[in-house]
Amino acid sequence: MLVTILFYAFATILVAAGVGVITSRNPVHAALSLVLCFLTSAVLWMLIEAEFLAIVLVLVYVGAVMVLFLFVVMMLDIHVEELKAGFTRYAWLGWLVTGLVIAEIVGVVIQRRLGLDVTRGAAPLPPGYSNATELGTALFTRYAYAIELAAVLLLVAIIAAISLTLRRRRGLKLQDIPAQVAVRAEDRVRLVKMPSEPKP
Amino acid sequence: MSPGGGWLSAHWQALPAFVHSTVFIVALTIVLILSVAYLTLWERKLIGWMQMRRGPNRVRLFGIPHTEYLGQPFADVVKLLIKEIVTPSRSNRVLFRLAPAITLIPAFAAWAVIPIAPGFAIADINAGLIYLLALTSVGVYGVILAGWASNSKYAFLGAMRSAAQIVAYEIAMGFALVGVLMAAGSLNLGVIVEHQRGAPLHWNLFWLFPLFMVYFISGVAETNRAPFDVAEGESEIVAGFHVEYSGIGFALFFLAEYANMILIAALTAIFFLGGWLSPLDGYLAADSGIRHVPLLGLALGDGTHWLVLKIFLLLCVFLWLRATFPRYRYDQIMRLGWKVLIPITIVWIAVEGVLAWFHVGPWRT
Repeated sequence: MLVTILFYAFATILVAAGVGVITSRNPVHAALSLVLCFLTSAVLWMLIEAEFLAIVLVLVYVGAVMVLFLFVVMMLDIHVEELKAGFTRYAWLGWLVTGLVIAEIVGVVIQRRLGLDVTRGAAPLPPGYSNATELGTALFTRYAYAIELAAVLLLVAIIAAISLTLRRRRGLKLQDIPAQVAVRAEDRVRLVKMPSEPKP
Repeated sequence: MSPGGGWLSAHWQALPAFVHSTVFIVALTIVLILSVAYLTLWERKLIGWMQMRRGPNRVRLFGIPHTEYLGQPFADVVKLLIKEIVTPSRSNRVLFRLAPAITLIPAFAAWAVIPIAPGFAIADINAGLIYLLALTSVGVYGVILAGWASNSKYAFLGAMRSAAQIVAYEIAMGFALVGVLMAAGSLNLGVIVEHQRGAPLHWNLFWLFPLFMVYFISGVAETNRAPFDVAEGESEIVAGFHVEYSGIGFALFFLAEYANMILIAALTAIFFLGGWLSPLDGYLAADSGIRHVPLLGLALGDGTHWLVLKIFLLLCVFLWLRATFPRYRYDQIMRLGWKVLIPITIVWIAVEGVLAWFHVGPWRT
């Protein structure tokens, strides 16, 4: 009972935040609504006892991806008027795509009958069950090659992104940090011993 | 136990679980807030002594003699509470009010999974370690939103600096924790502490010393403390992200900063210094006579007091850093985070893997 109430409460917030993402005029508000979306969907996952996935969703998307997103969005100088210039001209295309997507979702849910009476929801888990252990075992035994491939792909993507944006300019003045760190007091300051002068 | 105590404990057991956890949460929160209050005082006193000053010495606690400075935190709180709250005219009001709360909530919520006594945490969950990582990464939103919502150049600059810094050091921190995770073989903080049982040489401090250094330095950077406090940088950008906050809004940021310091100190103690384990653990035989001495025996055994002592010592290191080091230059902060700390952690994780493979050290196989 409590779980059902919590589910509907958070699902409502999730949908409202989702609407907020696409209707906010201010891009920062849209990004923040997206953060709220992630947080509430993490709670929904928590309700079906997928706590590892829920926490990782918060850790990766809320904690890292969206921070960088916000970072960029706050720095951008977005002119909302210019962005909306072609809105009515392309509206028919938008409505068409929306209709298609909704038709597909309805078709899948109704035709394949994905209601709770068919899937019966999540099976109750034994008390010693640990999400993290199960996921880790599956990922690093059965899907070991897949995860290695994904890791290599990500590495390639990182290297590609860096090499695309890295440019060396001529005449750039850079600090030689190892040299700076290696500096010793004797190189810079010379202590000279001098006899003190007698008092006049 | 006296009959009264038995009656009390029987009734306490009969209460539903949510009452138990609520009582623990309220108690822990009150203790934390009081610790924050006295940590600010201790900081001023300690740094004062280090710099041959006296520090605060005016406010007595309720006029009791010989408590020359113990009333200082309360005087500060009352002063901040009765100050006028100024909201900048073109700021974003909702986010401006929300930001201090967003900074504060994760700092307190993280304590839910901290094992504060042998075998006890408010929420003893299996994914405790990533819960902590997730919460500490949410805290950065408060700083970013405060800087953006204030609609002020200085505040915005501070927020940008802080966001870049926190994201950078979070990675080093996460990698350092991967090492701890490999050693203990569990994400549960209670298991991580239990794994370090034995003499202090079994603590992660010894086997994972580079990771300990990286974690603690990243922790200082995460909390925006000196020498990494460029987000505040009072000599360049006035007070950084909270420049527009006055009164209680500023107090909340202040509270969050110190609560985060205590949290990082507690986490370092748990991950690397054996948490509530007694340092005499391996040297004092379990059946030795001294353990049966009424108070001393308890004090020498495992318990919360050791965790508190370790947290206190680490907090003193925080303050010591602030009293001694000048502020880092911003590009040096980034260099330290990305080019020094992260490579160290990756190398040490590899070393740890090799050691574990050859069964050197206390690793699980």
